[in-house]
Formats: sequence, structure tokens, C-alpha cells
Amino acid sequence: MITPGLVEALTGIAGARHVRTAPAERLTYARDGLPTHRRVPAVVVLPGSRDELVAVVRLLAAHHVPFVPRGAGTGLSGGALADGAAVLLVLTRLNRILSLDPGNRLAVVEPGVVNVRLSAAAAAHGLHYAPDPSSQTACTIGGNVAENAGGPHCLKYGVTAQHVLALEVVLADGRIVELGSPGGEPWGPDVVGLFVGSEGNFGIATRIAVRLLPLPRAVRTLLAAFASLRAAGEAVSAVIASGIVPAALEMMDQSCIRAVEDSVYAAGYPRDAAAVLLVELDGHSDEAVAADTETVQELLSSHDAASIRVAADAGERERLWQGRKKAFGAMGRLSRDLVVQDAVVPRSALPDVLETIGRIAATYQVTVSNVFHAGDGNLHPNISFDARVPGLRTRVDAASTAIMEACVAVGGTITGEHGVGLDKLRYMPLIFDAESLAAMRAVRRVWDPEERVNPGKVVPVHACREWTGVRSVEWGVRSVASRDAPADSALRTPHSALDT
Amino acid sequence: MSLLDRVRALLGDDAVEIAGGADAVPRVAPASPDAVALLLGTAREEGWRVRLEGAGTWLPADAPADLALTTRRLDRVPAVEPQDLSATAEAGIGCDLLRQQLADRGTWLALDPPGLAGRTLGSVVATATAGPLRHGFGAVRDHILGVTFVTGDGRLVQSGGRVVKNVAGYDLTKLEAGGFGAFGVIVLVHLRLRALPRADQTFVLAGTREDLTQVAEDVAAAGLQPAALELMSPALARRDGWALAVRLAGSAALVAAEEAGLRGASGGRFTALRAEEAHGFWMRAAESFATRPITFRTGGLPDSSDELLDLLQHQVGDEWVSASPGVGAIRWAGDTTVDRLRRLRRTLAGLEVPLTLERAPWPIRSAVGHFGAYREGVGPLVAGLRRTFDPGEAFVVAVEGSD
Repeated sequence: MITPGLVEALTGIAGARHVRTAPAERLTYARDGLPTHRRVPAVVVLPGSRDELVAVVRLLAAHHVPFVPRGAGTGLSGGALADGAAVLLVLTRLNRILSLDPGNRLAVVEPGVVNVRLSAAAAAHGLHYAPDPSSQTACTIGGNVAENAGGPHCLKYGVTAQHVLALEVVLADGRIVELGSPGGEPWGPDVVGLFVGSEGNFGIATRIAVRLLPLPRAVRTLLAAFASLRAAGEAVSAVIASGIVPAALEMMDQSCIRAVEDSVYAAGYPRDAAAVLLVELDGHSDEAVAADTETVQELLSSHDAASIRVAADAGERERLWQGRKKAFGAMGRLSRDLVVQDAVVPRSALPDVLETIGRIAATYQVTVSNVFHAGDGNLHPNISFDARVPGLRTRVDAASTAIMEACVAVGGTITGEHGVGLDKLRYMPLIFDAESLAAMRAVRRVWDPEERVNPGKVVPVHACREWTGVRSVEWGVRSVASRDAPADSALRTPHSALDT
Repeated sequence: MSLLDRVRALLGDDAVEIAGGADAVPRVAPASPDAVALLLGTAREEGWRVRLEGAGTWLPADAPADLALTTRRLDRVPAVEPQDLSATAEAGIGCDLLRQQLADRGTWLALDPPGLAGRTLGSVVATATAGPLRHGFGAVRDHILGVTFVTGDGRLVQSGGRVVKNVAGYDLTKLEAGGFGAFGVIVLVHLRLRALPRADQTFVLAGTREDLTQVAEDVAAAGLQPAALELMSPALARRDGWALAVRLAGSAALVAAEEAGLRGASGGRFTALRAEEAHGFWMRAAESFATRPITFRTGGLPDSSDELLDLLQHQVGDEWVSASPGVGAIRWAGDTTVDRLRRLRRTLAGLEVPLTLERAPWPIRSAVGHFGAYREGVGPLVAGLRRTFDPGEAFVVAVEGSD
């Protein structure tokens, strides 16, 4: 329980300026980047150093008080929200790049370092930090680790998990553990890999060792316009199957194109196209990148690209990318409220799934815009709406569920980079049976037996089969059918995605 | 009812091979993931101790147990999707057979693990034994999209999925990849593939270790991005001196550009191998590791490779060594004692370099452990994870050893 005495003790550690209790101050932290969830934390603490953070965690452990770690709050799953029973630990003041070792292409950072700042620091040595979420000018490396963040260039270079070598972590009980090794060999089971993407449930990374990559010497960026989503989707499959791995392969549909073009981020996208593909190729050799670019251009043309534009210089390339990276912001102009999805489908299923999403939008009479990492099959259908319109919120919720089910039905998953958080809890049983969910919960309890860190996120506890305790008598002879029985249907749970 | 009668009643007569391994432990080969679950659920009830086996070509089949569970009948490849560059394979499929099936569909799993060609996929994943291609394509875990595994008490658990990007739930796949079977038996693996490279060329340069280390640095400094950059001891490379082998794979344009870069960085000293020579070169090196009694790997920073090679030479010899200086990984094979391994591991730990024992006879495995001591605070976590996935301690796996 959060008592005045506890608040006083927190103030003693972090200083009065960095412990926020006034309602107006706490309201600032009631949402993350996804506007559909709202939780007002009991107290907000902004520790100024690792030692302060550890002291705060130990204090909260002693009082058995739940807490939620938070970076810049740019997440898109309601994952960094704390309710009135929990303390929100904002880590943005832990923002030092502790070391940068160009020879070994290694950097060690605190969790609050902003993603793009690390790449900017590394650029002086001809290096960069590859994961580049669209929010990279604001989001933190600690948040990236918690969410296993992706980004457009993860198609070629891999998501956050592939770039984290070692971690120092403070556990829920205040113990400090060192995971992994600077060279990347796990030093035991791969608990670094297990930690990355655990959405804060396993503890707080206080020091993060990441791998840096050489900046590519040659880069080509193409913008291809298509008359249909299907044609664009088929072109994506063709590029992937060709064996050429673009650095990025992004798609935007007409609704998104127009939102961008109507905004300050206008990039010169063709407004009449049904879809555009933004393709980037990079590498060490100009000749090789030029040859691959030519092959990709031929593939795009043979898949009915209406036009292909090659960025003439770095300035044009930057404009093309700015439109893509600010697309979410641009879509904010379409309506008052926005639901952002994050499903992934097999890439060959993209054309069909995009058409299915169009049909779902028509059925539920909602506006869906698509801007996504096509090369990974990572869709971001966004539903724009005005929550004040009676009944619309219910339709949006139903359309969201239908889209998710359609993606899962073709072998996809419910989140590719945003995380489960609060938003996708109800979808977890669509892809994991009760046993697998129970296994996740059991693992969480190894790290955090009281389930105090970021409580109520990731694993829908109601849908878990019992893990510990006496086995049921029939266990040893259960049939295949019973083992495969789905967990309680997500759709029957009381939780709503639009949980405000 | 005897153990064998129980197993036969559960899985049928043909799942049991009485003659078992060298120590006559009965070998049981379940034919489906559910049969594995049924067997391990029963093992938990009966208190049987179980050792895990694949094709029996990598880890010696010598751990003391009541029965050996082999995955070799789990050898199906339910899906290969060239358009998605993904595949699903059961854990008992031999890597050679899998490679052929993938190649038939124009796809490629960019892993070249040590050992014989018929090593099972499950063995490679469970031991996380990547080969020289780690330089260009990453560790074993980077090729795995998801797994299904069975816990020590017979629970069938899915992790990850079959799409190339997925953050739904905790990534238990990472625990299974390189867990040596301590956290479950992997029964099904979803793989990330690549298109079969249009061009694939290997270049070799022989010389002194010192000279080749410098060349490797020059290649890295030139910004080249080979699929493999491997420094190999003379015995391993079957050359008079040490050898630096560079593999370039990808589009014809990429390989041509990299080749030009390689020649520039090395003064044109490398010799190109013909396709069949290259195949034999890499295969023989991989197989050589299975001919020595002990194999381990270390993982340091790239700039520590030379120092680590000196250390190995001094403490355990360097007859059979292969190093990826670009990523700091070294694999060693040979014969040595428990005491020497422990001393080496302690020395390496002081340099923040872990030593993972990949294979050794049981007396050495059980004494030294695959991992030995962990870094600060990790031991209780690993113990908790083991209790979670093997509450009855059914799996006979030498995780930490007795040191």
C-alpha cells in the first residue's frame, strides 16, 4: 500500500522535484502512445541515477508495492501505464551513454538514452544502432529492450533482441543480476534473449550493452506506386522470394498517403496511388547495391508498379522517409481517436489479408489506414474514429478483433513490435493455448514471484492452465484433442481494448 | 509393471529399442510430440531419469539414466514456404536431409553447425552450436522463429510462431535455444530461411596465425561483409599452416563486389576454391569437431580473439581450433582434463568471457558442466527456470557441473 510515509521515503531517495503526487502531474503519465488506454499512477518517481533507482526498487520491495517502469512513454500497447495502486518509475533521467567502443562495435548505455542519440554518437565512428522504431527521436533504449522494438530497417538488420549483448538488471526484489556477456555469448542459458521483450515484467535493465553496426556506404531508396493493394502485396512477396534482402520495405495505402501529403510531412507521395512501397537497399559496395536496385526495379515493374521513383540524393531520401516515419502523427489529423494494430502475417498472405481488412472496414463502416513493414509482414492497420459518436467505439472494437482473427487465421501473430501490454491481452489466447500461457506466467514468477513489476500486462492470467500443484488424474492419458483445446476464448473476457 | 512394459503400453512396441546405447539404457523413440509429452508425463509420475538424444552423433550417449528419449522419429518437415522464407521442421530431422529439402525449394538455412552432416536440427538448436556462418548470419537463435517443446513433466508448450517478427508473450524460444535440453525437449522448430544464394564462393589464405589475424582485421576494416570469416588451425583446415577462410554468399553482384574488396584488402593473396572443394573444406572442418572427445566454445570481444587463442594454446593446446575473429567466437576441440577445463574457465571468467562446454564424455560433462558458474545473481534464476520446466528433475543434463 502506498502510504504518506512511503512517499516521504521515495522523496528522500529521488528528491522532492522528482516525486510527483499532484493529480495534474500524475495525469501527464496516464497514457502512452496509444490513446485508447488510460491509467493514473498513484505516484510518479523519476530517479536520477542507477543507485537511486535501485534504492527505490528496494524500498518498494520492502513494502510489497507494485511498480511500472516507463521510458519516454511512446509505446503503443498501454504497456507503460500504472494504476492507482502502483508507482510509475520514469527512467528518462538515466540517459548516459556509458561507453562506446568502436573497435568492438559495442556501446553500453543507461535505459533512458534516446534511440536516435545512440546512433548519432556512433555515427562519428562510422557506426549506427540498427533498430529504428518510428518513434526513435523520442523512445528510449530501455523501452526498446522491454518491447523488443523493431523498425523499418529491422527487415535486414534484425529487431532489438539481435543487438542486445548483455544487461545489468534490477529485479523486483532489488537484487542486481548480470545477464549475458559483452561478446554476446549468453554465459549460460540465453536469459538476455528471454529478458528482451518481457515488457518490464522481469525487472528493469539498468545497463544495456548493445552491438553497433557499420554505416552502409551505399544506399538507394525507391518509391513505387501501385494501382491496387494486391499488386503492391504481390510485389513484396516477389522481392522477398528473390533473395535480395532490402534494408527496408515499407507500404502505405491511399488513406495513409493522403494523410501524409495533407500534413507538414508531405513527401511527394502520389496521392492517386492505391499503395506505395518504400524500398531501401544498402551495403558496402556501390556496384552491388546498384545491381540489386536494378533487380528490384525490374521486379516492381513486372508486378505492375505504375511508377518508380529513385531518390536522387540524401535530401530526397530523407523526405521520403520522414513521410513514412511521421505517418502515425499525420493520421492523427484524420480524426479525434486512433486505434493502432500491430499484427504480423506470412508475407505471402499479404495480398489476401489486405483485401480482407478492406472488407472488414466496409462491414463495420470504419476507416482503416495501412502503413506498415511489408517486408516483415508486420501490418499496422489504423482505425480512425471519433469516440464521441454513439456506437462507433463498439464497431471499432469489433473490427479490431476481426482484423486480428483474420491475421491469426493465416498463421500470423498479434504483435510484431508494439508488445502485448494491456491492449492485446485479450488476443493472447488466440495464439497460445492455456498451457503455453501458463508456462509464460510461471517464468514470470521466477523473476518476480509477487508479480509486482508492471502488473496485469502480457499474460492473461485468467486464461492460464494451472502450472504448479498436483497434476490432474487424467493428465497422463489426455488425448491430443484435449491438449489442443483452446484456452478460454479471448473474446469472452471482460477486458476491452478500448479501455478508457 | 516394468519400465519397458509401461513405455510399450503407452507408445507401442516399435517405440522401444531395448539394446539402447553402450550402457544398455533402453532407448525410446516417440513418433509424435504428443507421444513425447505422454512419455515425460509418465516419467514424472514414475520418477524416471531421462537423457535426451538426437541422431547420437554429437553428444555421447552416456549420461546415466533410466531411459534415453531420442527424437529421431520426429523427422517430418511439415512446411517449407519459399515465398515467406520460413519452414517448420520436427526436431529429429537430420540437418543433411533438411538442407536438401530446403534446397529443392530454393531456400537455405544459413547455419553450418559443427559435427556430422546427419546431426539433428534439435541437437543444433538445443546446443546453439553455430558454425562459421555466424559471422554473417548470426547465432542459432537468430534463425529460430518459434519452437514447441515438452517439459520434464510432459507439458507441451509453444513459443514464438512462424512469422518473421513476433513479440507476443515472453520469448521462451531463447531459453530453449542453447538450453541443452535442461528446460524441455524441443520437438518442433519454426525456421527463418534465406533464398539459396545465387553465388557462393570460398577463398582461403594459408600462413602464420599472426599474419592471418592481421589480414582478418584488414578485411573487417575494409567494411566487407562476408558470410564467414574463419581462422582455422592447420589440422582443422588440413593445411600446412593456419588458414583464413572467407565465404562470400549472395547475389552475383554482391559476391563480385565483395571479392574485389577482398582482393584489395589482402593484396590478392587469397586462393579461390572450386565449388566442390569449398563444400569439402567446410564439411571436413565441421566434421572434425565430432572426432575429438571434447568441444567447447568461448565468446569474447572481437579484439580479444588473438589473446584468447594464445590463452587456449597455453592452457589446452590449439591443434583443433576455429575462430570467428569478427564476432569474437572461438570453438576448440581436443582432449584435456577436468582440472584444466576448470582452470581455463576461471581464467576466462576473469576476462568476462564465458566458456560453454559443448560436448564431452559424461564424467567430464558432469564435473565441469556445460555452463559452470554464472555471473552475479543468475544462478537462482536458472535454478528457478529449471524447476519450472523440469520439476521432477527428469532430464539428465549437466548444466552447471559439480565445481
